[in-house]
Amino acid sequence: MSFEYAPAPESRAVVSIKPKYGHFIGGKFVAGSKHFPTVNPATEEILSQIALAGKAEVDAAVNAARKAYTTTWSKMSGKERGKYLYRIARIMQERAREFAVLETLDNGKPIRESRDTDIPLAAAHFFYHAGWADKLEYAGLGTSPKPLGVAGQIIPWNFPLLMLAWKVAPALAAGNTVVLKPAESTPLTALLFAEVCQQAELPAGVVNIVTGDGSTGALIVNHPGIDKIAFTGSTEVGKIIARAVAPTKKSVTLELGGKAANIVFDDAPIDETVEGIVNGIFFNQGHVCCAGSRLLLQENVAEEVLHKLKNRMEKIRVGDPMDKNTDVGAINSKEQLAKITELAAAGDAEGAERWSPACALPAKGFWFAPTIFTGVTQAHRIAREEIFGPVLSVLTFRTPQEAIEKANNTPFGLSAGIWSEKGSRTLWASQQLRAGVIWANTFNKFDPTSPFGGYKESGWGREGGRHGLSAYLKGVSHE
Amino acid sequence: MSNRIDVKKTYKLYINGAFPRSESGRTYEVKSAKGAFIANPCLASRKDLRDAVVAARAAQAGWNKATAYNRGQILYRIAEMLEGRRAQFVDEIMQITGVTKVKAEKEVTDSVDRLVWYAGWTDKIASLAGSTNPVAGPFYNFTIPESMGVVAAIAPETPSLLGFIDSVAPIITSGNTVVILASTKAPLSAMTFAEVLATSDLPHGVINILTGKKEEIAPWMASHMDIDALDISGLPAKLHAESKVAGAENLKRIHSFKSADPGRIIAFMEAKTVWHPIGL
Amino acid sequence: MSFYGLVDGSDASLKSYLNNLSGVDQVGAEARAAMLATRSIKTSSKRWAIDTAITMVDLTTLEGADTPGKVKALCTKAVRPDPTDSTVPSVGAVCVYNDMVSVARTHLDLIGGQHVPVAAVSTAFPSGRASMAVKIQDTQDAIDAGAAEIDMVIDRGAFLAGRYIDVFNEIVQIKHVCGDKAHLKVIFETGELVTYDNVRKASFLAMAAGADFIKTSTGKVAPAATPPVVLVMLEAVRDFYEMTNTRIGVKPAGGIRNTKDAIKQLVLVNETVGPEWLNPKLFRIGASALLNDLLMQRMKMDEGYYSSPQYVTMD
Repeated sequence: MSFEYAPAPESRAVVSIKPKYGHFIGGKFVAGSKHFPTVNPATEEILSQIALAGKAEVDAAVNAARKAYTTTWSKMSGKERGKYLYRIARIMQERAREFAVLETLDNGKPIRESRDTDIPLAAAHFFYHAGWADKLEYAGLGTSPKPLGVAGQIIPWNFPLLMLAWKVAPALAAGNTVVLKPAESTPLTALLFAEVCQQAELPAGVVNIVTGDGSTGALIVNHPGIDKIAFTGSTEVGKIIARAVAPTKKSVTLELGGKAANIVFDDAPIDETVEGIVNGIFFNQGHVCCAGSRLLLQENVAEEVLHKLKNRMEKIRVGDPMDKNTDVGAINSKEQLAKITELAAAGDAEGAERWSPACALPAKGFWFAPTIFTGVTQAHRIAREEIFGPVLSVLTFRTPQEAIEKANNTPFGLSAGIWSEKGSRTLWASQQLRAGVIWANTFNKFDPTSPFGGYKESGWGREGGRHGLSAYLKGVSHE
Repeated sequence: MSNRIDVKKTYKLYINGAFPRSESGRTYEVKSAKGAFIANPCLASRKDLRDAVVAARAAQAGWNKATAYNRGQILYRIAEMLEGRRAQFVDEIMQITGVTKVKAEKEVTDSVDRLVWYAGWTDKIASLAGSTNPVAGPFYNFTIPESMGVVAAIAPETPSLLGFIDSVAPIITSGNTVVILASTKAPLSAMTFAEVLATSDLPHGVINILTGKKEEIAPWMASHMDIDALDISGLPAKLHAESKVAGAENLKRIHSFKSADPGRIIAFMEAKTVWHPIGL
Repeated sequence: MSFYGLVDGSDASLKSYLNNLSGVDQVGAEARAAMLATRSIKTSSKRWAIDTAITMVDLTTLEGADTPGKVKALCTKAVRPDPTDSTVPSVGAVCVYNDMVSVARTHLDLIGGQHVPVAAVSTAFPSGRASMAVKIQDTQDAIDAGAAEIDMVIDRGAFLAGRYIDVFNEIVQIKHVCGDKAHLKVIFETGELVTYDNVRKASFLAMAAGADFIKTSTGKVAPAATPPVVLVMLEAVRDFYEMTNTRIGVKPAGGIRNTKDAIKQLVLVNETVGPEWLNPKLFRIGASALLNDLLMQRMKMDEGYYSSPQYVTMD
């Protein structure tokens, strides 16, 4: 008799989704136009109609942010600014369940992840940055660092509320006001966040939320009233933004793609390593910029690790994101599913060996089974290009130096993993790796105090920690 | 209109999350600014101090092990609770010190805001006081500031609430626990503050509050071998030297301060530096 | 003796075998156990889990004050946990000190409990501090009195002092006494071993030496059967099965007080070694108070409202 887990669905009753949304500008919800649907990727059910912000709306939002900056926010002491951020953090904690359910419905990620990771971290980011607002003189940027003004912030669909927190919290703590555009496919938690701003009595115009697509993002990037751009998304779009703002005086921070190497040495603690590999690439359906998408196995333990990895993968529960026992949820959109499928096909075509556990995937919705490719080399597309899905490319190495060479042999440089029980080797490897975030004997760990960002084409700047504040304060550089 | 007799509060000590009377059974009289009788707070004895130190020591490992985030949330909750009970504190301050309502309100406001300020330091002080050090060799070398253990403090006579908070909050921010002697003439704020602490998810024993005479309690604090450090901001200057002589027995770290500053947090931390080779 | 071909019985061979084991990362192991603890087991799976857990309980009394009366009452409860509901299955075993074995066996046979085995704790339980001769006699007495299961303790002093071969040889000798009359559970007292690395080492040592079951604790020392400790032991059992094609049982004991705790254990088994272990032949839970909580939860599921301790028998 096997132990099948009966369905354990989280209740939807805690959220109430409006049939149609506008934008949040100047402290009010205003009507929008040119609506498009946002869909639950697990069921393809239309959740709501979302407005597409055009020039008029973006102008209104930037003007509201500018007005709030000049008349209120830049005049307010850090002490008082901080207290607004504390209020926001506390209300997010109070409404945590509501946010978690909404995030899962809109994004497709398992409710366990929204509930236990995304939402608590988002609230923690506000709590942490609230405490910086009146301590900026200790940030290492001078005795009286100044904010930049109005920040235009464009965030991705993989961690919608968390990415909002990573952008809004430091910007406000440093004294800026913001115009934020959530991703096209995941606007709902940002719109709920606007309600939190109202409950916290945040002065009108300090936070403005406009929804839309790439065209809306471009309007924000190019708007002359924006002093600073913060973007998280693909490297391709990051470069477009860098070129677009080159003739201007706008500050830019970018958090872009990755193809992280997850390096397993022969003295790794093997069961926890297998857990870490699984977490590194299948957490959040692999929709993670810092995902451990290239597994580099020391050749003398490759067979053993792969054997255990496959056994472990058999136990991954793929299915209804609203079920509390689901480990891997739906792919966020049809478009993303197509990209993953195409790249996986390239893996087959280039001669890598594909393997997935047997997985009953639901009929409706966008799904991709957790997959590994063995026999991958650096020259394969699936070793170079970011797949952004639950697909792991497995390579081998003979010596630590070779592992480092392979790990660094990429234009990306966001993150890396090291698995070993030898401290000196772990520290040596971390010293050699050209990556902004390095996890040793763990993976995908985030904290508001811990700076996050990449080397090379993985972006500019850091988010979180004391280092992350400099993105929103005037620094020494004139560019 | 009836002349209702109000129910007056009995003020007790705050030790290990409970409100015991002094084991000595003694009290002393506290009068209002106008000379009217207000209350008989406990006159703490050296044994009360002894018990408080036991409680503080027992609580220290757990408080230190809590994440900085958790400690910050608890400090913020203390601020939430204090804000909700402003009126009581304003009344007590006015009654005992005779200041105007405006001044009393400002002290309470500043006290709440000060707690919020300290709450935001718990997870940032390491950025300030810690470092990685570029030693001239193949070693990873880092310095982390850690809490010291049990700190005893003597709160300033005035301001009776804000001064008390400025003594107590920086000590616990980093993970120390504290035994504090409140203002002698104006102890009510500290004792009512104990009620705020009792409703703030603060673990028992992290803050322990005694009321009584400085000349009686301070020497026992200074000589106690299980107290790691001492804040003598509230002790009259003429008694500083003898505290330091007594404290030298276990090399207590002894400080006094005049204002709020993150340096007060760092003063009650120890810097630990670790070396680890970097190599294959 | 072949020891599955893993060691040759020498100190050097045993040391080499144990040193080759992978280490356990504490943070990672605890995180995995914590994640599995979030599994939400409801409705039909919960009902199945409760009944399965009942059949896995080794209902235990190990007190200095044990009397025949106490032991007989325990046996009655073991056979028929709920006198008002005959659908409730019997427990996995009754566990007592060796001088109570014959009282237990006799009474069980009297009340139709022939199917319930008697397990005896042995080898100077709980401390393990006595001569080998005493430990052997302790075991022999229990088997002669009718114990079908022996729960022995390892010599933790020897283990922590690095004398692994002594620990190994004790298990081999006790296994020899058990012969084919009793299965052997080997108790590690994980609370005293402290590190997960030690628990993993002890697991592989005991299995190679001939243990039929590996058991976390005596129940007299905390911490006892914490989820990460059980996880590490299950992982060792899983690896051992791959190496030798032999399934070894696991018994957590101590600290499993309520249905939620018990279900967490079953989830650990399910997702680490798999459903083949989800039966009393390969998984037991050493407990006493747990049984009544399982019964109350069972009643709640059947009746639809929360129960009260008054509706279950104290023994």
